[in-house]
Amino acid sequence: MEGLSASEISLLLDTADGYVEQNRQADKKRDLLHGRTLINLFFENSTRTRTSFELAGKRLGLDVINMSVATSAIKKGETLIDTAMTLNAMHPDVLVVRHADSGAVELLSQKVNCSVINAGDGSHEHPTQALLDALTIRRRIGRLNNLTVAICGDIAHSRVARSNIHLLHTMGARVRVVAPPTLLPPAMDRFGVEVFTDMRKGLADCDVVMMLRLQLERMQGSFVPSVREYYRYFGLDADKLAYAKPDAFVMHPGPMNRGVEIASELADDIDRSVIRQQVEMGVAVRMACIDILTRNQARPGPTGDTYVDPTETAGGN
Amino acid sequence: MPAGRIAYLNARLLDPATGLDETGAVLVEDGKIADFGAHLFKGGAPSVRQVVDCAGLCLAPGLVDMRVQLREPGQEHLEDINSAGDAALAGGITQLACLPNTQPVIDDVPVVEFIARRAREAKKVKINCYAALTKGMQGKELTEIGLLSEAGVVAFTDGEKATVNAKTLSRALKYAEAFDAMIVQHPEEPSLAENGLMNKGELASRLGLSGIPREAEIIMVERDLRLAAMSGTRFHFAHVTTAEALDAIRKAKKQGLPVTCDTAPHYFALNETAIGNYRTFAKVSPPLRDEGDRQAVVAAIADGTIDAIASDHAPHDQDSKRLPFPQASFGIIGLETLLPLTLELYHNKHMTLLEALAAVTCKPADLLRLKAGRLVRGAPADLVIFDPDRPWQIDEAKMKSRSKNTPFDKRPVQGKALMTIVDGRTLFRAPDAPL
Repeated sequence: MEGLSASEISLLLDTADGYVEQNRQADKKRDLLHGRTLINLFFENSTRTRTSFELAGKRLGLDVINMSVATSAIKKGETLIDTAMTLNAMHPDVLVVRHADSGAVELLSQKVNCSVINAGDGSHEHPTQALLDALTIRRRIGRLNNLTVAICGDIAHSRVARSNIHLLHTMGARVRVVAPPTLLPPAMDRFGVEVFTDMRKGLADCDVVMMLRLQLERMQGSFVPSVREYYRYFGLDADKLAYAKPDAFVMHPGPMNRGVEIASELADDIDRSVIRQQVEMGVAVRMACIDILTRNQARPGPTGDTYVDPTETAGGN
Repeated sequence: MPAGRIAYLNARLLDPATGLDETGAVLVEDGKIADFGAHLFKGGAPSVRQVVDCAGLCLAPGLVDMRVQLREPGQEHLEDINSAGDAALAGGITQLACLPNTQPVIDDVPVVEFIARRAREAKKVKINCYAALTKGMQGKELTEIGLLSEAGVVAFTDGEKATVNAKTLSRALKYAEAFDAMIVQHPEEPSLAENGLMNKGELASRLGLSGIPREAEIIMVERDLRLAAMSGTRFHFAHVTTAEALDAIRKAKKQGLPVTCDTAPHYFALNETAIGNYRTFAKVSPPLRDEGDRQAVVAAIADGTIDAIASDHAPHDQDSKRLPFPQASFGIIGLETLLPLTLELYHNKHMTLLEALAAVTCKPADLLRLKAGRLVRGAPADLVIFDPDRPWQIDEAKMKSRSKNTPFDKRPVQGKALMTIVDGRTLFRAPDAPL
């Protein structure tokens, strides 16, 4: 996400807007990208993101293959680069990659000559999540600029937070981060955000409240003393949300820890929470990404060769 | 085989130990420096077996690299005594000291003797050993400091690992007094550095990589200075990288503590931005710091707080570097880039040519108490002939080291070793040397 311009982001969001309508039809499938191949390469388990990409690919008419780590050669000791080279030799048009290490998707993208979509790399970036969050906000409020968005929770380890900060900042929103100091990465002020360690102050007059998932292993003692204390001071409940604007709404990238970072009542309140819309927008945004990355690739010529523009490789974006 | 009499004429003689910088000649006889100076051969052509016309190029003592990981025994696929020897000679290095992190660890006399024998057989660069300070570098039991010293070990260190336990270290410092041994520390508090991949700060936050705070080094240096003050043992900090740690060492030196330190070229020639888009070749321990620290390192070399520059040569193959950043090994090779990168300090006007050379010749030799790194009549003829100004581009493909993990590939530099002489034998001659 870092490095993408406002006009590029707008193009992606505008394209995705169109796919939202398509996805609401009874017949959801188009043959726009018939004959192209998409490989979902997930080195880290994720049912929802993988399913979302799979649906997005299928609705555009691509052949979609899911590579799961459990059955892949990586378990047999194959390196990331070897896996990339092997898959590359099969001529996929799009590789969707999720990896537990920051920068791994970037590394892989340097070794293949198809488009690569980052489906989350370590604590670095998760661009399609930021795009679907932006689309959700834009459809609800009608704009992204001049909004105040508070991102709350484990900022330090969150790729979702980083991508959202870059996108929202680029689009002219005012971004705040709210977290216990142990879950804030250093030099946060250099990201163009305001930093808070008090939910009430951080949420004051916000238009949007984005909650982040707190990983189980960080709950007990190492970063925060206990779940109970975390929920008390950093969990979102109706009381804390009351400090935001009256029509402010709540987002969460999922999966949620109810009673840890968010109160169950709020998560289920369809007036305040847009968590299910986020999932819907996810498919549309991923269709837009696949579409834009592959649309301009030449169709197979008379010789059967496909020209692939190396600059199309999306890298970490 | 003794090399007979060789005369090196028309050389710019540089001896950083004495400040000598004059045009003259060197006479080598039976592998030793017989005589040198402006006066030599003034009367006429020398009667020698061989004459080398240096044509105004610099002739200096061979470089002494006080911190090298050899990988032999144990990991010869990464580097061995032959390949490291070739790389060192190509970099103008005639003598080096290898860290104990071989397999097996250098913590016992037979391993020291093995390396000495292999170095003799290789007949290349002269190799000295560090021994581990604790058995197996485990940080618990002391090694045989007396016996190992007698076997010729130059100093004691747990290599790339800090000696963390304060009691162990203070005892080692006390015990080492009896043998006048030097102890070398890798100053990094491991609990703060745990899981860290690069310097903690804005760039690490942006890249989503966990950071190693500068305080990991500062705290360890400050603590160790207290421990060092409890004994008279010489204590040396390897590859210092932060302004505050250097300040602490500067102050301790003023107070007369027997402490010294070195740094590696990457800490003054690069900063953390060299990592850019997850370049694993710039992943090193301690990590590359920010620009402020880089400048502090330059200043500390210039004012003498940093005694020596060592390559910190750490060979790793492609397989351990071409990985996602968190999985890649730490380390940079440096034998062949030590001289040109050190000369950057001279070309950038931070110090004189002699001062820059001192940091890689007489000063590290003095720290390790080696009879090397200076032009002395009767001393072994370990010499380098180099052109301090010649521009060239570092090229990983042309390197002699078996591992190619350098972040300096394609860097334009100035200054090149053209001929390296050990005990009067010419062991390296650059293909393009005008000699």
